[in-house]
Amino acid sequence: MDRLKKGEVNMAVTFKDGVILGADSRTTTGAYIANRVTDKLTQVHDTIWCCRSGSAADTQAVADIVKYQLELFAMMNGKPPTTQTAGAIFQEICYSNKDRLSAGLIIAGWDERHGGQVYSIPLGGSLHKQPYSIGGSGSTYIYGYCDANWREGMEEAEAVSFVKEALKEAIKWDGSSGGVIRMVVLTAKGADRHLYLPDTDYKVRHQ
Amino acid sequence: MTSIGTGYDLANSIFSPDGRNFQVEYAVKAVENGGTSIGIRCKDGVVLAVEKIVTSKLLKPGANKRIATVDRHLGVVYSGMIPDGRHFIDRARDEARSWRDTFKTPISTADLASRMGGYMQAYTLYQSVRPFGITAIVGGFDSTEEAPVDGEVGSGPACGAGGKVAGKTHGGPFLYMIEPSGLYWGYYGAATGKGRQAAKAELEKLDLGGPGGPTLTLEQAVKEAARIIYVAHDDSKDKEFELEMTWISGADGPTKGCIGRERLSVGEKALDEDEDEEEGKEEKMEE
Repeated sequence: MDRLKKGEVNMAVTFKDGVILGADSRTTTGAYIANRVTDKLTQVHDTIWCCRSGSAADTQAVADIVKYQLELFAMMNGKPPTTQTAGAIFQEICYSNKDRLSAGLIIAGWDERHGGQVYSIPLGGSLHKQPYSIGGSGSTYIYGYCDANWREGMEEAEAVSFVKEALKEAIKWDGSSGGVIRMVVLTAKGADRHLYLPDTDYKVRHQ
Repeated sequence: MTSIGTGYDLANSIFSPDGRNFQVEYAVKAVENGGTSIGIRCKDGVVLAVEKIVTSKLLKPGANKRIATVDRHLGVVYSGMIPDGRHFIDRARDEARSWRDTFKTPISTADLASRMGGYMQAYTLYQSVRPFGITAIVGGFDSTEEAPVDGEVGSGPACGAGGKVAGKTHGGPFLYMIEPSGLYWGYYGAATGKGRQAAKAELEKLDLGGPGGPTLTLEQAVKEAARIIYVAHDDSKDKEFELEMTWISGADGPTKGCIGRERLSVGEKALDEDEDEEEGKEEKMEE
């Protein structure tokens, strides 16, 4: 049976003031688009978010557990968790249940001590710290684009446009990526959501 | 004592009518009979020292260490009942280990103090147990550097992450003291055991709590700690004792962020007769 699959393309990128997460919005069951406006960017703490790809059910369940753990951590320790803490908890769950999960995650967050950080947790449950990370089936089409265009210490506007152009490229070539482009910008100021629609060729920021 | 014979001192979990737990107060008495322990939080590290009473000439000098390592960056010294202290340390090690298992990062000194404070408090609640007969001093150095997640694959990107809050410092030396009631506070300098009064008087003379932080360096603090243990020692009560001490610095200091692996332990005679002892100690700091 075909289960709900998603995360056909998503990415997270560090820039000068923090980190940006971006994703398309397509959820499929086989060839059928079950949801064309999915939100794959999930908040697990104030300025720690994740991009979910793989099984919708698995990644939602894992994100829910981590969200609970991080809330508990913040209350018990009187300080917000770091992106590293979130990455560690995500990894433990993904690694110890590797036989039963189909989850590819990118964790991105901003904290006072480390600034913006990106961690990726691919299928086996390993943890990788990266300057930027791309994931999902659509990501295979944009390895070259990202390698050629990513730069260290971009301004926010540059980084937003980098993410958008990369996702547009993935959506263009990958059949299982599509719909709207969603982004979250995480900085010292908090979390800021972006939405771009295909009918204006993703030019206008909505909301 | 007025409490004797009233029955309120026979068990934990029963308050006396004026709101005291006598078992906890008796535990404090046990601590007050133990050899003096002190801790000093200085500019670039923490020093722990203990006056180890020699109860028998048949005990091998320098053996039977009293200061314990709980994690790479954490040390504990205690006064009171030694077996209780050993159990306390076992538990502290378990807590440090389980923190690393869940969060993939070393436990902070404050978090360890909180966990152990909670543990000791639980022993004041139940009929079936008695409070710990120790007061423990926990010293540690929380990393000021950025450390990777334990088990993270690769060293990560060469470029730094963006958006750090500039000018904010993190980590540093920390010192906590936990009492039999489970009460714990953070201290600039801490003393417990027999000679605590004299030791506290000496600690208060040091510059440990200024507005800009302590000015005392680790090297000075090591000498002060040794001196204070000697000042606090009462010759008329116990003739023989050993001074045991250790210290911990940041990553750029002599112990490189880890608690000193060797425990400096000297007998009374060694320190009295050998005027060059201070130099000997400095050499040892390069471990």
